[in-house]
Amino acid sequence: MNLCLQRLDGRQTYDYRNIRISFGTDYGCCIVELGKTRVLGQVSCELVSPKLNRATEGILFFNLELSQMAAPAFEPGRQSDLLVKLNRLLERCLRNSKCIDTESLCVVAGEKVWQIRVDLHLLNHDGNIIDAASIAAIVALCHFRRPDVSVQGDEVTLYTPEERDPVPLSIHHMPICVSFAFFQQGTYLLVDPNEREECVMDGLLVIAMNKHREICTIQSSGGIMLLKDQVLRCSKIAGVKVAEITELILKALENDQKVRKEGGKFGFAESIANQRITAFKMEKAPIDTSDVEEKAEEIIAEAEPPSEVVSTPVLWTPGTAQIGEGVENSWGDLEDSEKEDDEGGGDEAIILDSIKMDTGVEVSDIGSQDAPIILSDSEEEEMIILEPDKNPKKIRTQTTSAKQEKAPSKKPVKRRKKKRAAN
Amino acid sequence: MEEEMHTDAKIRAETGTGSSPRGPGCSLRHFACEQNLLSRPDGSASFLQGDTSVLAGVYGPAEVKVSKEIFNKATLEVILRPKIGLPGVAEKSRERLIRNTCEAVVLGTLHPRTSITVVLQVVSDAGSLLACCLNAACMALVDAGVPMRALFCGVTCALDSDGTLMLDPTSKQEKEARAVLTFALDSVERKLLMSSTKGLYSDAELQQCLAAAQAASQHVFRFYRESLQRRYSKS
Repeated sequence: MNLCLQRLDGRQTYDYRNIRISFGTDYGCCIVELGKTRVLGQVSCELVSPKLNRATEGILFFNLELSQMAAPAFEPGRQSDLLVKLNRLLERCLRNSKCIDTESLCVVAGEKVWQIRVDLHLLNHDGNIIDAASIAAIVALCHFRRPDVSVQGDEVTLYTPEERDPVPLSIHHMPICVSFAFFQQGTYLLVDPNEREECVMDGLLVIAMNKHREICTIQSSGGIMLLKDQVLRCSKIAGVKVAEITELILKALENDQKVRKEGGKFGFAESIANQRITAFKMEKAPIDTSDVEEKAEEIIAEAEPPSEVVSTPVLWTPGTAQIGEGVENSWGDLEDSEKEDDEGGGDEAIILDSIKMDTGVEVSDIGSQDAPIILSDSEEEEMIILEPDKNPKKIRTQTTSAKQEKAPSKKPVKRRKKKRAAN
Repeated sequence: MEEEMHTDAKIRAETGTGSSPRGPGCSLRHFACEQNLLSRPDGSASFLQGDTSVLAGVYGPAEVKVSKEIFNKATLEVILRPKIGLPGVAEKSRERLIRNTCEAVVLGTLHPRTSITVVLQVVSDAGSLLACCLNAACMALVDAGVPMRALFCGVTCALDSDGTLMLDPTSKQEKEARAVLTFALDSVERKLLMSSTKGLYSDAELQQCLAAAQAASQHVFRFYRESLQRRYSKS
């Protein structure tokens, strides 16, 4: 039994907070404010191939996102439970209730159907996300217009919004979720809990209903045990609330429709209240750009000419090139390791390029085993060249003073000492 | 064209039904800004430029994860969410541009080992989106009381095929333009904080666009100043 309760914000037990619906300039865009909870909804459409087992039906896709600005606790990866719960409830409410006629979304059976995508973003979390989200979803779907399509035999023509007016979706009914919060094992119930009330509630009962008093979805969570007559009473309350909310939605849609038809101004700019002290508007402001050309010329005249860029790329092997010289190698000396392998035939070093490079540490890829790269000896250190067979991939080089390329040879190479390339 | 300022009557503004032609004297679209509209974030602002609208929320200075903390200054994070679909590479790149701009002005050294998070939500996109994001971020940072050394604003320029300069282009103008340049300018000396460009242009055109953006930024900063004056007029 409900005694006379005082809620934090002064509402009565069955009172909803103020609902405010505003539309954007694109069709299918709306922002719903339930008290301070704010949800942005946008509907978009795309022509896709239908699902294999439902070749004549369009596809509906719902996505509710809890934006990180909605609450400090909403970080990516930390909201998954709540997110899954809300998304699933929304899907059951809108998809399973068949409020949208998916057969009408079919263009060419088995080949092309409309995919309607509803994206909802929670902008501010002050409790009762599911109600606000379900209102935003259904309002956005009712507001949305899809491009007109005509099928003549095999030919399908998709008209742009300029050619033919876009067409609204076929919506049978508008299911709206109503949430009930229970306290003290079902003793007290509150409709439309705000964030503080949600934190301390025992359980939540969500009933999705349309104005014809048909229950589309019902979900009880939190482990509360409700009596049959409590649930029945809640459904009656939900019926009343849904009727009020549906009327509000229809009025808002009608107003927007009227403004658009009369050519007045619509969009979010109009919904910013003029009289609020935190809101400010400025009209179209012409900017005097007559002197930009002179200013630009002055700046260019005074600027120094761009520095000469000398770019001399060095081709090590096919697939490996180098521009620039890199920085000094800060590694210590590589240990010498004696190699007592057989000497192959005369290994010739080909100097690809006679640029003197002071420093360089490169790890070069030997793309092909046929052309092992030798990066040449430094002036001070000895160069150890690993056998290409054993270490096919990389050779770490030390400071180089010139570059030499080895002739293709798979034979192990002897250590070379202090060889300097001619300049 | 006479500039009329009506604050309560119906005013001519750019609406979604096609853009009214803006002549060679370029102009900025109708601006609107509302601050402190969200109750949870520390600071929030909704910025509208014509039909482009971006909502920004700022949390900070707040606790930072140990993995992300910087010992001597605040960790600034920017998150941009598109309206439709999942965020992709374009959003990541814009996030980085906005973050670099904010880091240049926010006095992070006053709040070491904290995090300042700027969350941006695209509410509608009708051209000049990056500039609108920058403006919304700045107003939200001001609303949150984050210390900054200067305010910043974003201005977009578009160059069309005959070299005509357009400020604050609509999406149709951006699509048909040869080059689109966005600049972030600071309020103290109108210096350049960030520039992001797309398309072909000569260096003379770049300097012209920059000069035009600097001229436009004066209006934007005047708008900021007037809106803040209005907000604090009764305290």
